[in-house]
Amino acid sequence: MTVTLFIPCFVDALYPRAGISMVEILERLGHRVVCPEEIACCGQPPFNSGYHAEARTIATPVLEKLADAEAVVIGSGSCGAMVKKFYPELFADTPHAELAKQVAARTWEFSDFLVSKLGVTDLGAKFPHKVTFHDGCHGLRELGIQKQPRALLANVRDLQFVEMPEVSCCGFGGTFAAKFPMISTAMGEVKCASAAETGAEYIVSSDSSCLMHIQGLLSRQGKPTKTISLAEVLNHK
Amino acid sequence: MSERENILGRIREALKVPAPLPGSHDDMSVHASAEAPASHAREWLPSVGASVAEQFDLFARNCADLKTDFQLFANRDELKTALAKIAAAEKWQRVASHDGELSNFASRSLGLPVLLTDQGYDVQAMEKCDAGITECDALIAQTGGVAVTSRSAGGRALSVLPPHHVVIARREQLVADLPAAFALLQAKYAPDFPSMISFITGPSRTGDIERILVLGAHGPKKLTIFCF
Amino acid sequence: MNFVSEFKTRATEKSGDLRHRQFIRTALRGYEVARDKRKGAFQSWESARQAAAETKWEAVNHLDKHLESLVAKLEARGTKVHWASTGAQAREIIAQILRDKKARCIIKSKAMTSEEIHLNDALEKEGFTVVESDLGEFIVQLRHETPYHIVFPSMHLTRDEIRDLFQKELGDAPSNTPEDLTMVARRVMRQKYITADVGFTGANFAIAETGMISITENEGNSRLTAALPKTMVTLIGIEKVLPRFADLALFLPMLATAGAGQPMTCYNTMYSGPRQPGECDGPEEWHVVLLDNRRTELLADAEQRDALHCIRCGACLNVCPIFRNVGGHTYGTTYSGPVGAVITPHLRGLQDWKHLSNASSLCGACTEACPVKIDLHHHLLQNRRNASASQPAFFEKLAYQIFGIVANEPRFWSLAKKIGWLTQPLQRAVKGSALDPAKAWTKTRDLPPMPQETFKDWWRNRK
Repeated sequence: MTVTLFIPCFVDALYPRAGISMVEILERLGHRVVCPEEIACCGQPPFNSGYHAEARTIATPVLEKLADAEAVVIGSGSCGAMVKKFYPELFADTPHAELAKQVAARTWEFSDFLVSKLGVTDLGAKFPHKVTFHDGCHGLRELGIQKQPRALLANVRDLQFVEMPEVSCCGFGGTFAAKFPMISTAMGEVKCASAAETGAEYIVSSDSSCLMHIQGLLSRQGKPTKTISLAEVLNHK
Repeated sequence: MSERENILGRIREALKVPAPLPGSHDDMSVHASAEAPASHAREWLPSVGASVAEQFDLFARNCADLKTDFQLFANRDELKTALAKIAAAEKWQRVASHDGELSNFASRSLGLPVLLTDQGYDVQAMEKCDAGITECDALIAQTGGVAVTSRSAGGRALSVLPPHHVVIARREQLVADLPAAFALLQAKYAPDFPSMISFITGPSRTGDIERILVLGAHGPKKLTIFCF
Repeated sequence: MNFVSEFKTRATEKSGDLRHRQFIRTALRGYEVARDKRKGAFQSWESARQAAAETKWEAVNHLDKHLESLVAKLEARGTKVHWASTGAQAREIIAQILRDKKARCIIKSKAMTSEEIHLNDALEKEGFTVVESDLGEFIVQLRHETPYHIVFPSMHLTRDEIRDLFQKELGDAPSNTPEDLTMVARRVMRQKYITADVGFTGANFAIAETGMISITENEGNSRLTAALPKTMVTLIGIEKVLPRFADLALFLPMLATAGAGQPMTCYNTMYSGPRQPGECDGPEEWHVVLLDNRRTELLADAEQRDALHCIRCGACLNVCPIFRNVGGHTYGTTYSGPVGAVITPHLRGLQDWKHLSNASSLCGACTEACPVKIDLHHHLLQNRRNASASQPAFFEKLAYQIFGIVANEPRFWSLAKKIGWLTQPLQRAVKGSALDPAKAWTKTRDLPPMPQETFKDWWRNRK
């Protein structure tokens, strides 16, 4: 099938390896991948701050570009939740209301697409490290994605998987991280402590934005734990 | 306009706009039944077992968790002996109780002065009693608790003021679960309910200091349930 | 009137307080284990949640009908019912009851509604002695503090702090063990129940069908408060109704499980009147005060009406990473945590309290924990939307407008990335300092290095 891959703005600018891995994986699975170049952002930052008109300014062209897509795959649980769950709300009572619902129904977060839509859990990857997985809250609670990334990691050769003792937010929260930096930092420290308890070398996540926060703290504090996107692990040989 | 009318007026105005259905933000399908949703509570609450023996077993396990002393006796005489043992061990001087077949039997068996609450009582005198002996309306297997009322258990204070609350019950008083207990109370009393109905589940407790459990915060430090 | 800066100052201080962070985590650890065990004992916790949500929905969406039934039944058995639109009216009603009774001492069991209307201050100003009987409330009252948590008022204090407090205020603290300290409070309180003129309680539920007020507690202080004083006063928010007596069979174990990880709270007591003919004790008079205090404003917001389902179990506070890091006092509100952040803007003004809705990563742990399925974290988003729509922040709005222009024009977006990459060394040189435009982030966190080739560059080159 033709997969329209929506690479979120920060993955584009900061974590191209994650996006490249997604393209390579999808192509290896025999799908045609298109990446609309005009799309930069899903509009979540203004939406989460309550600026719906500004969010629609950004989201409307996105929605129109995705209108004819067979399947939309988004490389982030958070942006995935924006399109899948919040677009219908954002566009309710606008001329785009119906389109928002249609696009939402055809939109998948990357790991969910592989497991739930394509039925693929083994990508032949090899990653000889001890890893733990961080559930981005939007993917986990807005989209109900919990088993999918674990099913994929379970089939990575030589990978040793260990769960963190508690499921908690990393503290990123978009503009929250800048508006309330100390609360955000404290939450991130709790997350890092939880990951450190596992003894994992890598924290893996579907959400590069969470990893940016976690890695930012780990680097600043000189901690040895590393972060990596799920797609890169799944593309590793 | 009275405040009553003001408030009710604001409520009616507010309710003109309908709210989204309950749980519609969630994936769970909405139970579209017109009947009381809680009437199915039995299907969701903790399971209790089918036989009376299983339910007594569950009641006993719940009591142990709650630190309630529950004992099941073959007959009255065994109960009497066990009660005398507690009275001796705790050096009871006087007890408080109320008029009732089971409570009279138990409180009189001790040979101690008994303060009866039925015709009114002196609160200071009750406060000095070593135990409050009451009957109950039901034992609830699901929770390990008992239901008492101001009518069945000697008023409001008897089951909480003395430091040791002793409940005397018959086997037949065990009900399976909370829905059964509420149904029993409703059948027994409605519409003329006693002014107080209390579900007592374990001795008084608090965790207000470092979330560490301490028994006997204000009410009884000990709860004994004797059943025969 | 600067609630935002007060909040930020306290939040910054508390979230960096490692002792507080560890203490609260430890205090909640036992709760988490017990809660999960008890939830697991339900045959279906999820169905129970849905049923509870539907029951509260029915109650709240027919509130007028249920209140009328409740009040008719209460009055039929001699209870005096008062209606208060505002906190001031409720305070005056209660003070007038005390004056009429020539009361001196009032013993109280825990009631968040009384915190909400600042009842103690008002009564003390009039010269009444007010004694909080719940152990946690008693402790915070001795410290002249508000409750830290709606269910566990003194959970922020160590046993040593409580011992020192009892030593100073009561001259009695044999040791620092929770057992000994609890017994000190027990001794102090016993005579107060007997000598107080008026007993005051809050309430957890009101049953429309039978005209009852249901009170949930562990300590027995509320039982004694409602048994011994000659006059009883109960203050209850109008949203606390449940349609039927039998609904309690579901709500009581759910409240206990979600709130404290218990199968049932120790005492769940339903009162349907003052002492009735043939009964040997109980108050001669019972006054029930129904409090609106802007609950009807929340009711009028259909989108967030389910916030009135709240049974004040505190489960959303316990799981909230914000609450766990900033602590209960930082909020500066009666109701803290997620539910406090949702309802306070309705009860006390959106613009003054919108910052509580902003101070969230929207992680949704609260919504998942809520036993009555309040859509808490989405209500935080709705509060943000309402606040921005009615009073946009100029620079924030402008920033999003500029961001919109950049995001919608691929050339601008490429340019922005290029500028970011080029200015990276400059930013690194001033990292975390006052000159750093990203200092809110970089004070405590590193920024990731920007790659020269972005994803879109790669995509384009590949084609």
